[in-house]
Amino acid sequence: MTLQTSQLESLEPTPVESDESSTKAVAGLSPSRLALRRFRRDRLSMVAFVVVASYVVLALLAPILVKIGFIDPFKFHQNLLDANLGGIPKGKFGGVSGSHLLGVEPGTGRDVLARMWYGVTFSLTIALAATLVSSVLGVVLGIIAGFRGGLIDATIGRVIDLTLSFPQTLMLLALSTVFVLAIQNALNVNVNLANGIYEVLVLGLFGWPTVARLIRGQVLSIREREFIDAAVLLGASQRRIYFKEILPNLWAPILVSFTLTMPAYVSTEAALSFLNVGIKPPTPTLGNILDGSINYAQSDFLFFFFPALLIAIIVVSFNLLGDGIRDALDPKSDR
Amino acid sequence: MRRIFAGVIMLILMSLVTYVLFFSGGLHPERAACGKNCSPAQWEQTKKALGYDKPAVVQWGEFLKGTVAGRTYPEDKALAKANPSLVSTCPAPCLGYSVVNTTNVSTEVKTAFPVSFSLAILAFIMWIVGGVFFGVIAALRRGTVVDRGIVGVSLIFYAFPTFWIGLFFLKFFAIQWQIFPVPSYVNLTDSPLAWLGNLVLPSLTLALIYMAGYVRMTRAFVLESFGEDYLRTARAKGLPNRRVLVKHSLRASLTPIVTMAGLDFGALVGGAIITESVFNYDGLGALAVDSVRTLDLPTIVGLVVVLAAFIILANIVVDILYAVIDPRVRLG
Repeated sequence: MTLQTSQLESLEPTPVESDESSTKAVAGLSPSRLALRRFRRDRLSMVAFVVVASYVVLALLAPILVKIGFIDPFKFHQNLLDANLGGIPKGKFGGVSGSHLLGVEPGTGRDVLARMWYGVTFSLTIALAATLVSSVLGVVLGIIAGFRGGLIDATIGRVIDLTLSFPQTLMLLALSTVFVLAIQNALNVNVNLANGIYEVLVLGLFGWPTVARLIRGQVLSIREREFIDAAVLLGASQRRIYFKEILPNLWAPILVSFTLTMPAYVSTEAALSFLNVGIKPPTPTLGNILDGSINYAQSDFLFFFFPALLIAIIVVSFNLLGDGIRDALDPKSDR
Repeated sequence: MRRIFAGVIMLILMSLVTYVLFFSGGLHPERAACGKNCSPAQWEQTKKALGYDKPAVVQWGEFLKGTVAGRTYPEDKALAKANPSLVSTCPAPCLGYSVVNTTNVSTEVKTAFPVSFSLAILAFIMWIVGGVFFGVIAALRRGTVVDRGIVGVSLIFYAFPTFWIGLFFLKFFAIQWQIFPVPSYVNLTDSPLAWLGNLVLPSLTLALIYMAGYVRMTRAFVLESFGEDYLRTARAKGLPNRRVLVKHSLRASLTPIVTMAGLDFGALVGGAIITESVFNYDGLGALAVDSVRTLDLPTIVGLVVVLAAFIILANIVVDILYAVIDPRVRLG
């Protein structure tokens, strides 16, 4: 989390179409084209992009593959476990074999690869939904606070301060006692879906202030520009000014904060699983797979290692992608 | 002064929000006090004695009053006179009474605080020293293998989940290979050496997580300062490199580092929930986990308020430090 805030704060408050055209590029390229070109030249960012793109595709494929039975994250394979050793997989490396490429889960014998694969789907869905909630809230409130100023700005500012002063981990943990049940009753869904919805809502509700602060800062400079005056003079409605005039100038910081928030939520999901909050098995998430592997750390190290490694890869690649996008959009930044 | 006032207002607001969130019904915190065979009548009586029958806002009012004046459970003056042993007192600042643990919340917090504080302070020293040191090295060796290595490794530590790193340390460094003792908290006053030895793994876990941000930030600011005119001046007048680095370059990056460090520390003093659970340390974090597990609402609310107080205090201290470090800033 700390890393992420520092990155957000170091964003330069330059509007999108600043003096980028003065760089030595050929005349006639739009700023976004220039950014894209800069991004393509950065090898590390391209690698990160490819990695992110590939597991996003894998995550999208997983539900289909589970449905047609290509991967089966739920089937028990007790015959592959050594009952004498307390349910540790037979064979070396946690029961790696042709049909179970990453071995099987101790205790149940479920296929590790299948569970992790399907787990990515759930983990990314939660992270994506939570990021959407926090981004939408943050952007809307940030624009309103920045543009309206005065009492509205002050009120939103106080609410931001208030939200940020809450001890986050404790609240994420403690609120589950009240809200999971409430969600379950209100929406009439099963426990696991309620757990998931709870996670998304709470992460979003505690995540929006950072986005709102960032956006507000940018809007403060945008609102002084002539095109806003023009829009006001032409009698544009508030909503039009917010979403048609201001918002298009904000997509750069929004995109960057989005790519940097996603990985933070993937880690948070894992951390919450460790604290017994969130989606529970048999539905796999990276967090609950990892949580389930703790007791086998010494007896089946690979089973303990793989889920953590996958989380690390997701976090690193998303962060590098976010850095790359920021560098590409902001010619002044320099790694 | 204005800031402290605003901070207190904020805390009062936060306690209200927390009370409404947790005490609006749905949960039955009085259940634990009533014992195993709890008849509905007894249940009602317990509920009344603990004050849980009133609306959340009224309970919040009593909580506020308690923090200033202290309170008694049950709030019944006649009973207190007739049979003092049936009444439990909670002196100011009273944060409530934990039915589950049958103590005052403030006592619980007082017991757990030294553990969390030790952990936080040691981790803090490690990550500041490590973060600034490696950040400077990376900046000086910019673009080389050393630079990439430092940035890469810190990113890797940042990327693995905290509890996984902690468990890895615990299960392998402490249990399997026995390089470090299996951590358990020892009082500083009992044995300073054992205190330190036992704290190495947990605080290292915390420090590694936090360090990544500091390495990156130090590196970025030192690099940025290299381009500044005053640095060229310093070099031009023939100052030794070390002096240029420490007095001119690092000095400029001090403000953002202090900001971030102050806020991180403020949040951490309130207990590292995950690290404490991993290493079984009975600090504020572990207290929080326990109170959630046992639905110990008074403790949860008390903890939220205490931790928020730390965070708000850290904000104020950072603001004041700003003015000390950077003479251009004036306290508003």
